[in-house]
Amino acid sequence: MATAKTTLPSAGPATGSRSFVSRLRDGDEIARLTTMVFAATVVLITLLLVYELWTNSALARAKFGFHFFVTRVWDPNIDQYGALPFMYGTLVTSVLALLIAVPLGIGAAIFLAELAPPRISDTLQFFIDLLAAVPSVIYGLLGVFIIVPLMRTVIFPGLNKPLGFMPFFKGPSYGVGFLTAGIVLAIMVIPYIISVSREVLLSVPQDQREAALALGSTHWESTWKVVVPFAKTGILGSIFLALARALGETMAVTMVIGNTPTISASLFSPGDSIASVIANQFTEATGDLYLQALVGLGLVLFLMTFILNGLARILIVVTTQKGSGVPT
Amino acid sequence: MKRIAVLVVGVLALGAIVWAGQNPLLINGAGASFPNPIYSKWFDEYHKKNANIQFNYQSVGSGAGIKQVTDGTVDFGATDGPMNDEQLKAFQDKRGYGILHFPTVLGAAVPTYNVPGVTGALNFTSDALAGIFLGKITKWNDPAIAGANKGVNLPANDIVVVHRSDGSGTTYIWTDYLSKISDEWKSKVGKNTSVNWPVGLGGKGNEGVTGLIKQTPNSIGYVELIYAAQNSIPYGAVKNSSGNFVKADLVSVSAAAAGAAKDMPDDFRVSITNAPGKTAYPISSFTWLLVPAKIQDAAKRDAIKGFVKWMLADGQNYAEGLSYAKLPKEVIEKEKKAINNIQ
Amino acid sequence: MSASVKWRRLVSNFMLTLTGVCAVVSVSVLFFILGYLVYNGGTSINWAFFTQLPTPVGETGGGMANAIVGSAKLLMAASLLGVPIGFLGGIYLAEFSGSAVASVVRYAADLLNGVPSIVMGIFAYSIVVLPFKHFSTLAGAFALGLMMIPITLRSTEEFLGGVPRYLREGAMALGASKWKTIATVVVPAAYRGILTAILLALARVAGETAPLLFTAFGNRYWSEGWGQPTASLPVMIFTYAVSPYDDWHRQAWAAGLVLLGLILIINILARTILSRGIAVPRS
Repeated sequence: MATAKTTLPSAGPATGSRSFVSRLRDGDEIARLTTMVFAATVVLITLLLVYELWTNSALARAKFGFHFFVTRVWDPNIDQYGALPFMYGTLVTSVLALLIAVPLGIGAAIFLAELAPPRISDTLQFFIDLLAAVPSVIYGLLGVFIIVPLMRTVIFPGLNKPLGFMPFFKGPSYGVGFLTAGIVLAIMVIPYIISVSREVLLSVPQDQREAALALGSTHWESTWKVVVPFAKTGILGSIFLALARALGETMAVTMVIGNTPTISASLFSPGDSIASVIANQFTEATGDLYLQALVGLGLVLFLMTFILNGLARILIVVTTQKGSGVPT
Repeated sequence: MKRIAVLVVGVLALGAIVWAGQNPLLINGAGASFPNPIYSKWFDEYHKKNANIQFNYQSVGSGAGIKQVTDGTVDFGATDGPMNDEQLKAFQDKRGYGILHFPTVLGAAVPTYNVPGVTGALNFTSDALAGIFLGKITKWNDPAIAGANKGVNLPANDIVVVHRSDGSGTTYIWTDYLSKISDEWKSKVGKNTSVNWPVGLGGKGNEGVTGLIKQTPNSIGYVELIYAAQNSIPYGAVKNSSGNFVKADLVSVSAAAAGAAKDMPDDFRVSITNAPGKTAYPISSFTWLLVPAKIQDAAKRDAIKGFVKWMLADGQNYAEGLSYAKLPKEVIEKEKKAINNIQ
Repeated sequence: MSASVKWRRLVSNFMLTLTGVCAVVSVSVLFFILGYLVYNGGTSINWAFFTQLPTPVGETGGGMANAIVGSAKLLMAASLLGVPIGFLGGIYLAEFSGSAVASVVRYAADLLNGVPSIVMGIFAYSIVVLPFKHFSTLAGAFALGLMMIPITLRSTEEFLGGVPRYLREGAMALGASKWKTIATVVVPAAYRGILTAILLALARVAGETAPLLFTAFGNRYWSEGWGQPTASLPVMIFTYAVSPYDDWHRQAWAAGLVLLGLILIINILARTILSRGIAVPRS
């Protein structure tokens, strides 16, 4: 049976009137302290991570300063390191991914939230969740063996012939490149857009839809002109979330992007991304400056995803609370 | 269900603990992909003869090999670009003792390509190769290439250059050659395991480059001979310093090493690209094992010394089957003595 | 007036059908992936794949036995690190802490969750590999375990929080101390959700490749104990896929099928457990 020293919930955490030792004999206090240690570990690990990233890139930061962000040259030969080609590659591939994934994803989310009967919606969502669980390297596998040849045989000729005069579509094409990476990334981030958008759409109060319908709008009009705008902050949040995921993607990108630090307007040009160059060069970076430049890239990536994730969260919370009538 | 889960976890844990109890000696190495086919064969054969010793070699590129052995995260490294004085000093400063180079085999970096309609060996002059990799020669039917290949139907397609994306000894060999035959290359790009390529796609390891070339029409890249041979992709002949177009094979690679064999420096670091000799293949190279001069663990030290001894004797017999040339006799003798430098 | 209504209805039907197409396309990608893997990998899965070690470069045959075991060891060790921290930390947040502290811990967990896996690999390299001068299973497990923490923590907190008050109060009324209530009543009531979260966290890290590249490194043989480099399924897939050897490609497909199959089974299992009627709300 319980010890004589049971505390009632209303007693709350021990007050100062009991000595520490006597509090310790209380099983609850031990439990509290133990679990607190573990919770504190989480915070400590996070702090340590940021600290390690910061100090292990000190040399590079001292030498290059903000020039790091605008220098194009990445040459271990002369110990000159600029992040620009990798930031460019990361951003271009992610933006391309969003251009493809956002319309598809929102469309699918609208279908799941507004049209599909609940059971079908749940079943389809189940499959979408499974899609989100597919690991990056498997997407890379498919990218290398399906999308790269497709790019070379179908997509490039299809786009280059009619539109080759535009700088975006200039050849030559190697199969690998920005667009290929963008397509693979798009497939990877669609599930995030769909799940979150579906949830925020579902949280839009029913009376909004009914009001629109009562005023004579068609189903589509009520959806597109009333429900979606109501949820738009949350949908934007889902896009930020997808973007954050795309930015950090390593394996699938490195297998199809071409691994060349190039800045080019052409979508078919090979390039490189921050995550990809770290994966390729980290184990061979001889010399402290080289290694610290790579860690510096890691720090940049970390900051980018950190900011985006934070924004995403705020946007999603604001929308769902708005929908349920809870004051933010 | 919970009980079954606990049981499964318990069995697995037990198995893992039992595993940890058995202990063949595991020696970790990393480095060049250039000799990976023969190293993996050697380590496999050596393990068959010495069941309690395992050499785990990861083909991650010469650059990574040099770094990992300097950091001490692997027991030995491997590279086809010898460590330069700066890297040697860095090792000495970090560890307090030096590092030794041991040549293992001779190999060749060959220009390999995937040109629609071309199945045979193309002839490449040194100017052609420099021009292609500098990005100045952009089409396959450029006169610089066509001039040496009369009778071959070269298409007017854009050349896709493929190079290494990781730090590579094969890159070192290739750029070492290009620096010798092209002043423009020397001043613009230079020679190193990792350079700022003017053009091209990056593939990881010899394996990655071969893979890219196989899949990309109109591509050209540089790989170790065995990779082209094993994957049945055509590779070209290169014009050597005597003016002859020579294809890489055991004879031409050995010819390139003949001169260096007699004058081998004590630390075995030597370049044999663009070697003199009528039959020499101009882009040949030794490849080296990197062994720290001092190894604390006696078992590991003996195992490594034993392997090097075996490699210089029986191991050499496997080389030719995989298209690597054997080491010249003088070099083998010199190395046998140098083994004693491993403390 | 009527024509305009007809037009608007037409547009409405069209757009809504379009959304349906979007949904179908998105979902069918999953089946396409699965189908392709089964087609290419299914034929390559043989007994040798599961029982043999890799053969020397360029020779055909061999298997990925060491990679399969390596992955299993990595996941086991990662769970031993990530689950207790996440679970017990979650208990602290749900049962003991004040809201200010809880926000800080939650924030840290979310931050950790958003860290790209390659950056996690850098972290594990500097903390575990460099000091011990060894690539090792432990280092890889460290990176993966850290990635399991946030999901476990947040889910534990959420599901514990969802346990109805009357269950707690009933226990307390019977004289149970707080920790006993938690251990014997609250956690068991929420165990489904927590188990699901652990399984999902496991599935997530099972496929991670990037952090293993410079922690577990790779091994052509069995990796003894926990302090040696080890092969793992995701890294093998990567290495074999970018190689030029057709036999390696074949094995990469097979490995992909095994890996994806495993992950999907864990996911389906987890979600079925969760949906089997529980007293706590879904996330």
